[in-house]
Amino acid sequence: MQEAMIKRAKELLADGTVDRVIGWKKGEFVYDHTPAVFTSAQDIEENFVCDELTSANLSKYLVKETVREGKVLAFLKPCDTYSFNQLVKEHRIDREKVYVIGIPGGPKLDIEKIKAKGITGILSVKNENYTLKIDTLYGASEMPFYEAVSEKCANCKSKKHVVYDELIGEDGDVLDSGRFETVEKLENMTAQERYDFWRSELSKCIRCNACRNVCPACTCEKCVFDNPSSGVENKAAADSFEENMFHIIRAFHVAGRCTDCGECSRVCPQNIPLHLLNRKFIKDINELYGTYQAGENTTDKAPLNDYKMDDCEANVVHERGVE
Amino acid sequence: MFRKITSEKLDQFFQSISAKQSLYIPVDREDGAAEFRKYTNGMKLSNALNTVRSAKDFFFPQTENLAAFKMEGKKIEVKDIREECEDFVIFGVRGCDARSFDILDKVYLVDPVDSFYKNRREHGTVVTMACTHPSETCFCTAFGIDPTMPGGDVTAFPDGDGFFLMANTEKGEKLIADINDLLEDGDTEKLNAVQENTRNVLKKLPLADLSTESFGGERLNELFNSDKWAGLSESCLGCGTCTFVCPTCQCYDIKDFNTGDGIVRFRCWDSCMYSDFTKMAHGNPRVSQLERFRQRFMHKLVYFPANNNGEFGCVGCGRCLQKCPISMNIVKVMKALEVK
Repeated sequence: MQEAMIKRAKELLADGTVDRVIGWKKGEFVYDHTPAVFTSAQDIEENFVCDELTSANLSKYLVKETVREGKVLAFLKPCDTYSFNQLVKEHRIDREKVYVIGIPGGPKLDIEKIKAKGITGILSVKNENYTLKIDTLYGASEMPFYEAVSEKCANCKSKKHVVYDELIGEDGDVLDSGRFETVEKLENMTAQERYDFWRSELSKCIRCNACRNVCPACTCEKCVFDNPSSGVENKAAADSFEENMFHIIRAFHVAGRCTDCGECSRVCPQNIPLHLLNRKFIKDINELYGTYQAGENTTDKAPLNDYKMDDCEANVVHERGVE
Repeated sequence: MFRKITSEKLDQFFQSISAKQSLYIPVDREDGAAEFRKYTNGMKLSNALNTVRSAKDFFFPQTENLAAFKMEGKKIEVKDIREECEDFVIFGVRGCDARSFDILDKVYLVDPVDSFYKNRREHGTVVTMACTHPSETCFCTAFGIDPTMPGGDVTAFPDGDGFFLMANTEKGEKLIADINDLLEDGDTEKLNAVQENTRNVLKKLPLADLSTESFGGERLNELFNSDKWAGLSESCLGCGTCTFVCPTCQCYDIKDFNTGDGIVRFRCWDSCMYSDFTKMAHGNPRVSQLERFRQRFMHKLVYFPANNNGEFGCVGCGRCLQKCPISMNIVKVMKALEVK
């Protein structure tokens, strides 16, 4: 697939359809690929990579890219197309300035899951019939492929591309994923258990803002938490609950717009399962306002931006909160 | 002198240290990552090469209260609200993090001395741990660090069946004297083999040839004006992950917090990646992410050595290589900017 992508990128650059290409660039190791913009066929030939470790969602970069002159070719996985549509809907991406090639999605691997098995000194990772053969400084190791699949792919919601100009490979379907199972477990806890769970997870936060900065739903020009005039701008927590508030507020702000792309949890240096906060909102919206998938198209009115006579009443919060 | 604590006596060893002072050891969290935690009975020492957060937290915590102010009429009362620091021991600090303390010392213990930092340094005893399984992301040797001889007040050398302990300072000797009953003379044959093996692995690390030759104060203008920064910083998210997991990042901000009853002045880690970093009355000297990104690497590779006899502000721990959300890091920067 990487060869087909490189070939197409070079063709579209050569015939002037686009003047640059956003993709992933090879790194020092087998897993540290960086999102990058390519402008020459030579650069693409030498450095472009797309494999089981190119997880990063490129859609948010198109906010910045489409402010520039010219047209950019973007390779989008199915999940990335939802983020793309949502950003088009919010008038953050100029659709006319992007040529979208849909590419098959994962499952992508999470190198941290390999390292968590105690495998260190990783030199290469190869998938042979869904067994990962890992060459390390300390000899060969192997592990089942599916044990190293990233969280966002393990609970993939859709293999369907909701937007594209052309496809490489085949389009898939919306999947019946088990992505709400963990949310249900949390719902079935007592309030105290749930509180303890989130306190323990969120207190690991180091306020690096990686979740916010990678999030395609967080595209404010100036985040309230970065604005010294806001009164809540802080690099440090004033008390031990503040990191918790930061994440709760962020989850509220992206509610109804989060497509569940999973980038927040992927980038968290402290492995906080932030996506569960967003999934709880998605699940609630589905239950209270009817099934809704943000980014599915660019035209639907979002439930939280709309009003219908049969919308749930505000007291639902109270009713659902009773144990 | 080399004395050994065997694996069977490790719990006793930790217990007897923690009976006298707070002891912190790296432990595995449920999510598989390691972090330093205050030792309580039954805690198990992590086998991880490194903790997510570095050991700098012990001397330079993420937030720290400095002073409190209270107004009464036209009088302002200023209170020193620093917390009393008691003696503590950090066990299991790797050579990279141990070197980071030297770097922080060069910032905080020079005139004007930072009394908060100094106080913590004086109360802390550092027990380092020699590395046996360096990772592909390790490059401490590029900065002259020998991870098999990591220094600190005491060095622990694992031989697969416990640790040999060596005191390097007076503080270290005191710590060992206190637990001397638990130690025994051990055969160092296995240890020598372990060390030899580690040295061989170090030579084979993918980043073993990383060179610092091209960096330092002499190339300031050339490096500052390099056209490579645009490409390198292009996909930087502007988050603070690299700076907050970094053992040598030392910048902080001072802020006032209105408690409703007065003002508490505190400091907190700052990140040059953030948009309000070094924001002053006239505005912000670095308005683009390119400039902020460049600042981080120029500081470590050019400004710091220029001011500190050539010593670089990086210890090669590899945390930024592992944790950057977009996998951009100091190694990629060095390779892009080096003169071949």
